[in-house]
Amino acid sequence: MSRKPKRIETQALIIGAGVTGAGIARDLTLRGVSCVLAEKRDVNAGASGGNHGLLHSGARYVASDMEAATECREEGALLKRLAPHCVDDAGGLFVAVEGDDERYVADFPAMCARCGIEAAALEPARARELEPALSGRLIAAYKVPDASVDPFMLSLDNIADAGERGMVFLANARAAAFTVKDGRIVSTLLFDDETGEETEVVADQVINASGAWAGIVARLAGLDVDLVYSKGTLLVTQDRIADMVINRLRKATDADILVPGGTVSILGTTSVTVEDPEDCRPTIPEVDHIIEEGAAMVPVLETTRYIRAYAGVRPLFGKLASASSQDEDGGRGIGRGFALLDHARDGVVNFATITGGKLTTYRLMAEKAADLVCEKLGVAAPCLTRETPLPSHAGGKWTEPGLAPRTWLARRDPKDALLCECEMVSKGVVDELLASMPRHKSGPALLSLGLRSRIGKGPCQGGFCSLRVCAHLYDRQALYGDAGIEEIRAFLGGRWRGVSPILWGFPLMQAEFQEALHCGLMGLELHNHKSRKGGA
Amino acid sequence: MERKDVSCDVLVIGAGLAGMAASLFALEKGLVTAQAGLPGETLFASSVLDLMAVTPIEEGRLWEDPFAAIAAEIAQNPAHPYAKVARKDIEAAFGAFTGFLAQAGMPYAGRDGRNVEILTPVGTSKRTYRVPESMWKAVLAMEEKAPCLIVDFEGLKGFSARQIAETQKADWPGLRFVRLDFPGMTGDLYVEKMAFALEGESVRQALAEAVRPHIGDAAYVAFPAVLGHYRPGKVFAEMERLLGVGIFEIPTMPPGVTGLRLKAAFEEGLAGKGLKSLFQKLVLGCRVEEDGSFLFSMGRNAEEFTVRAKAAILASGRFFGKGLKAERELVREAVFGLPVEQPKGRAAWHQKDMFDQAGHPINRAGIVTDARLRPLGADGLPAFPNLYAAGSILAGQDWIRMKCGAGTALATAYAAVNDIAAG
Repeated sequence: MSRKPKRIETQALIIGAGVTGAGIARDLTLRGVSCVLAEKRDVNAGASGGNHGLLHSGARYVASDMEAATECREEGALLKRLAPHCVDDAGGLFVAVEGDDERYVADFPAMCARCGIEAAALEPARARELEPALSGRLIAAYKVPDASVDPFMLSLDNIADAGERGMVFLANARAAAFTVKDGRIVSTLLFDDETGEETEVVADQVINASGAWAGIVARLAGLDVDLVYSKGTLLVTQDRIADMVINRLRKATDADILVPGGTVSILGTTSVTVEDPEDCRPTIPEVDHIIEEGAAMVPVLETTRYIRAYAGVRPLFGKLASASSQDEDGGRGIGRGFALLDHARDGVVNFATITGGKLTTYRLMAEKAADLVCEKLGVAAPCLTRETPLPSHAGGKWTEPGLAPRTWLARRDPKDALLCECEMVSKGVVDELLASMPRHKSGPALLSLGLRSRIGKGPCQGGFCSLRVCAHLYDRQALYGDAGIEEIRAFLGGRWRGVSPILWGFPLMQAEFQEALHCGLMGLELHNHKSRKGGA
Repeated sequence: MERKDVSCDVLVIGAGLAGMAASLFALEKGLVTAQAGLPGETLFASSVLDLMAVTPIEEGRLWEDPFAAIAAEIAQNPAHPYAKVARKDIEAAFGAFTGFLAQAGMPYAGRDGRNVEILTPVGTSKRTYRVPESMWKAVLAMEEKAPCLIVDFEGLKGFSARQIAETQKADWPGLRFVRLDFPGMTGDLYVEKMAFALEGESVRQALAEAVRPHIGDAAYVAFPAVLGHYRPGKVFAEMERLLGVGIFEIPTMPPGVTGLRLKAAFEEGLAGKGLKSLFQKLVLGCRVEEDGSFLFSMGRNAEEFTVRAKAAILASGRFFGKGLKAERELVREAVFGLPVEQPKGRAAWHQKDMFDQAGHPINRAGIVTDARLRPLGADGLPAFPNLYAAGSILAGQDWIRMKCGAGTALATAYAAVNDIAAG
């Protein structure tokens, strides 16, 4: 119990390794500021990993939030130029179907023009030539510069780039306590919920970039951050239904965007206000609602096969709310802008919170947060992320669908067997990932590998590959004792959150087969490690 | 095209374990028997035969005596299909079934009235009732915690001898492991090819030579289940003789050779007993003739021929076997449109946690029958006087969690056939 915590000194401690925290880490190291990035679970464990992967042109916000629309336009263009490897510049369509608000349709081009967003009108027939899956009941279509972005690659590459300039990344390191003296955070205690290991970070500046958990982290310093938690659920199809991003041309509401994600399409999202940021399970009513709404725009969504659902909790900053509209529509009335709070105003001089915002504007958020930190540190170096391309890094690249298969085919190494057959991830790729991953003393290796690759993301949803990868981890001596049982249980349990709402038809057959394998043959349900350490 | 209309005493619908058992029992009663269905599910079988090992599943309570477990389950859950079959019939069903498989070259072992334990490919132990003879020494080795060498092969995915030894090491420190190249093969290995190769003497000798230097103090040597496909008994005996120690197989991830062996044994053995096999054909429709017999329309897509049957046994399995079909809100029975007892609405089908100790309610859904295993219609009376149901399609059991799949299949097939033969 009285183990002495490891102690690290740094200029800046960033709490939260979502895309914002990752972006801040890179921005600061480019300005020569040393930093530690602490994450309670793993990269993109919150909203950064639970979204559409949509790089907004801004067109979605032209009616509700001109500022956010303009920021999206600028940042989207920047990201396409500076991190092209993370972006699928597919283009986007806004389409209206019979019954949609014709006033909104008519006003749309002018609203886009007002924000500097290109929106080219297309005949509905032309739109259906571009995207044959579109409904025959189309009444209007516009082409906009939407794109899709791989949020995992983006965060991993930002972290890797910062790491090359000395940033220290700590996964499984939850901010558990601040020691505040004379209005300063003098040290931060990080706690590994798996192992109980403690780390003390002494930092000149602390940035709370923990997204939906920002309120919880701020409370450790006795401060309030007024957040509304808005859960968004999304569905992944088995096949890529459309090449382009397809948006419903109407006031933003549920299930009106279909985004390509490599070999699949992602349909969403809902917006449901929840009490707790941990409450981010997709539910059956949400899934059924998404399918019904999406099918109005793209009819095949009614009958297509889904692989899984997932959800993220958006942190919406309450002070940005137009007070009346929060509850009726799950927080859609709240702006999608971000909030940077300098807690010097609240009496803690070296502490700031950045929250809200969007994936598309993560770089801008990071820039503003880093500006504040540098100002407080007295560092004059300017932000470089507006010009400096984001390098592709070995640790981040395997999240891209298609890369692992291409690499495997090109290598033609007969010993490099495929462990994940759905997404064609081979032993060689797993070995590379193992080498690039942060060292966990315990830690769930399978989950970490899944986050950094396509393992478990194909139609089998980990049913087979979790077993093959686990066997390989033993062979590589990355697992010992009976740890593999809990590894497989945790991995499959995680996939189950996404699979359980879509269990009818083929996925139900598959789930039954996997139950027969995992429980019938292997008895994994009987190996219930109830008394896991960590408590609570 | 020539039509081959069929006439029989009983049509068995389904080609999983329950269907195969029903055909066997019917043939042994002298009934003219036809069987339809896709024998796909069997390919995934581990080939061990469970009877009953866990009840109540909420507590994960494991039983040594499967019949005591059955009695405990029925006392708590009278809807379990075992409630409709006497113990002596369950024992007779196992006897007849394993007797048949022994004749077909796939002998089984076990202890009357006791469950046994074998190793699984993730290193856990599995409690079951009857195991192929090639797995029997796993039971002995595990009981003795004997020094033991597990062999695995470079290129065989999803089977790590190191994993099995590591997972068991706290209880069984005498487990060692070695990774070898499979004689004459490199790259990705496929169990079917390996099993076929081992039917040749030279490959067996090469394998034995590669294993021999590693045996040391091992009382047993374990292999992934690849020791022969069509003649597993012979391959097994030869390997044991060459190595001079006891050997056993550990099941591999499905689809494995164990399922292929079962399929081959059934198809050959049942053909030899005169089965009219209509595998690869499905029941497309059915009507009842004036004398009460069924006239089934059969084919792959469109009708190719008919089957006239005095009785039928529905052994079409659950979702994976396609006996049950799940739409978004409703489960239907695929062949006759029989009522399916089921939790209401999709939200009630599954638990939030995949490994919830209580199991998933959907896995207890199924067909409700009378005491003679005849499915009930919407009015609560037998839907047809001469239609029976057997195996996993029956409601009231969770075969995966209770470890009662094979036993339920054999017992209900046996009881259904007895009822038909008596009528």
